[in-house]
Amino acid sequence: MTSVPLSAYLVLALILFCIGLYGALTKRNTVIVLISIELMLNAVNINLVAFSKFGMTPAITGQVFSLFTMTIAAAEAAVGLAILMALYRNRKTVHIDEMNTMKH
Amino acid sequence: MVDNAWLIPLFPLASFFLLLLFGKRFGSRSAEVGSLFTFVSFICAAVVFTKSLHESSYKQTFNWLTVGDAQITVGFELNPLNVLMLVLVSFISFLVHMYSKGYMNGEKRISIFYAYLGLFTFAMLALVMSPNLLQLYIFWELVGLGSFLLIGFYFHKQEAKRAAKKAFIMTRIGDMGLLIGMILLFWQTRSFEYSVIFQAVEAGDISQSLLTFIAIMIFVGAVGKSGQFPLHTWLPDAMEGPTPVSALIHAATMVAAGVYLVAATYPLFQASEVALLVVAVTGGLTALFAASIAVVQTDVKRVLAYSTMSQLGFMFLALGTAGYVAAVFHLVTHAFFKALLFLAAGSVIHAVHTQNIEKMGGLWKKLRWTGPLFLIGTLAISGVPLLSGFFSKEEILLSVWDNGNYFLFTLALLTSLLTAFYMFRLFFSIFGGEEKTPIHAVKESPMIMWLPMIILAVFSIGIGYVQTPWFGTFLGDWLTNENSHHEFSLWLMLIATIVSGIGIGIAYILHRKSSLLTEGESSAYRVVANKYYIDELYERTMIVSTKAVSRSLVYIERYVIDGFLLVVIRITRMFAKKATKLQSGQVQQYGAIAFLSLAVLVVVYLVAGGYLR
Repeated sequence: MTSVPLSAYLVLALILFCIGLYGALTKRNTVIVLISIELMLNAVNINLVAFSKFGMTPAITGQVFSLFTMTIAAAEAAVGLAILMALYRNRKTVHIDEMNTMKH
Repeated sequence: MVDNAWLIPLFPLASFFLLLLFGKRFGSRSAEVGSLFTFVSFICAAVVFTKSLHESSYKQTFNWLTVGDAQITVGFELNPLNVLMLVLVSFISFLVHMYSKGYMNGEKRISIFYAYLGLFTFAMLALVMSPNLLQLYIFWELVGLGSFLLIGFYFHKQEAKRAAKKAFIMTRIGDMGLLIGMILLFWQTRSFEYSVIFQAVEAGDISQSLLTFIAIMIFVGAVGKSGQFPLHTWLPDAMEGPTPVSALIHAATMVAAGVYLVAATYPLFQASEVALLVVAVTGGLTALFAASIAVVQTDVKRVLAYSTMSQLGFMFLALGTAGYVAAVFHLVTHAFFKALLFLAAGSVIHAVHTQNIEKMGGLWKKLRWTGPLFLIGTLAISGVPLLSGFFSKEEILLSVWDNGNYFLFTLALLTSLLTAFYMFRLFFSIFGGEEKTPIHAVKESPMIMWLPMIILAVFSIGIGYVQTPWFGTFLGDWLTNENSHHEFSLWLMLIATIVSGIGIGIAYILHRKSSLLTEGESSAYRVVANKYYIDELYERTMIVSTKAVSRSLVYIERYVIDGFLLVVIRITRMFAKKATKLQSGQVQQYGAIAFLSLAVLVVVYLVAGGYLR
């Protein structure tokens, strides 16, 4: 069984994180922005799992931790989408650049 | 009792707070409240007095502050001088409290009046108990505040307001002198404590010239408080206050604080010939100067005010010629007869509703109590034999004579003559001659007013016998703690009596010719009647130049300081405007900035290779 090296996991996580960051900072649609944030979170999860298997002190903790993260992410997505719904009802838009009332 | 003597000033303070907080509820009963507290205070002072007749001085201090190696203490001290002042102040204060109940009857703000009286009495009692200069200075200023509040009691009157301000500012000028003297003493001896300072003076730790300067600076403080030339102009104007206040503050107690200060720091003055001479000359000149003005004044209270200045001058003259006992003795007798005179004058004013003696006359028959009481006061101050003023004045003349300065002796004699003259001029024009007011309107004052006057009159007659050449020199022995031999000089007594007699005689003759109040046309008369133009001189020089300086400072304030601030404000506002643009409400922009900043931090971290040092 050829094992995939740690660096491959890390590069995958890095690519995922960068895509997520790019999406979060550039997309106008708020749904896409939320999805991008999920992407970034999952990049972190990959890192956690990879280190729990190939890290300096391999332990099950990392994998348990990523389960927690996923749970929190689900809750966060639910809350985020609820806020988005409320915002949409108020402002008739999902474009994030139009939600700019909190300024000077 | 002696250990708890610190309670004495606290009773009037309690009365002050009580009347300030609940004055409205007490209403006209404030008079009883104030009088009661002062009475308790007086009783305590009297007990302490009887105790300390046989004991030596008592002192109790606590550490307050430690500055470097210098200890600053608070506490109280009971030496003969302090105890004497305690009894005197609390006693006269109590009598004035009592009298005011009649005099201020019907006044709406009577509770405020009694509150102020309480504050003043507290400050004065605490002042005379202070064991060090710093504590004395604190209460010295508080006494000034009490005086300010009471002079300006009728603050709706423009003159009263102005007089209060004038009194405060003029005495402040003197206080600066005291402060400078105090600081110099602290610098030299690292202590405010009297005992430490006197030891240093005795050991000669302070150079002679500096010591002279310090003594004169302290004397400047006394000059301001006691209304001596050239800081005297506030005292006559202070007569705008209610008459009982004039009796208490501007005759018997506060103005005596200056004399007390010099007496309390007397070893400083004894160490410097020049300082003593300055004290004596200032006192002597003020005595004559004030007496000459009193001769032509027509306002009864102003005559008494100038008379007070003149008598205080006498006390300083005595102090300056090594007559420590004589000065304190005169302080005591003067407190009684001058308080009596003021209260009697208040009673006259109460009856005829004017202060102008040209509008009085023939009141002897109508004011059955006030007339004789005023006469007693007049006789006492004029130095008629066997009354208190005679003994104390004789003592002062003796000390001046012993000092051998004939110029000062002549000044003192002339002042005695003038004193007898203007006092009897006052007496004759109020009580003698034709009736000038519709006499049926004139009513004698109520008992609450003449009772304190009778007590004061008894003391005005009798208090002189504590220090006489015939019965013994109790006061002197007690004050100086040694058996001083009092030399008897009959000729001096004769001269003093003759001089007083001449003064009274002239007053009587002029009264017979009814030319006591006729105004002269000579230029000399005009100069004296205008108080030697001192007020005008200050107006033209000091006030004008001070105003010029203030005005130029206003422009500096307006253009330099305000201008600088304006520049600061504009720069801040400009940056603020730019900075608000950053807050656009675009969440993604914020995110980008945050991410870039993090990236920069990481790069810096990499390059620096660890924590930033």
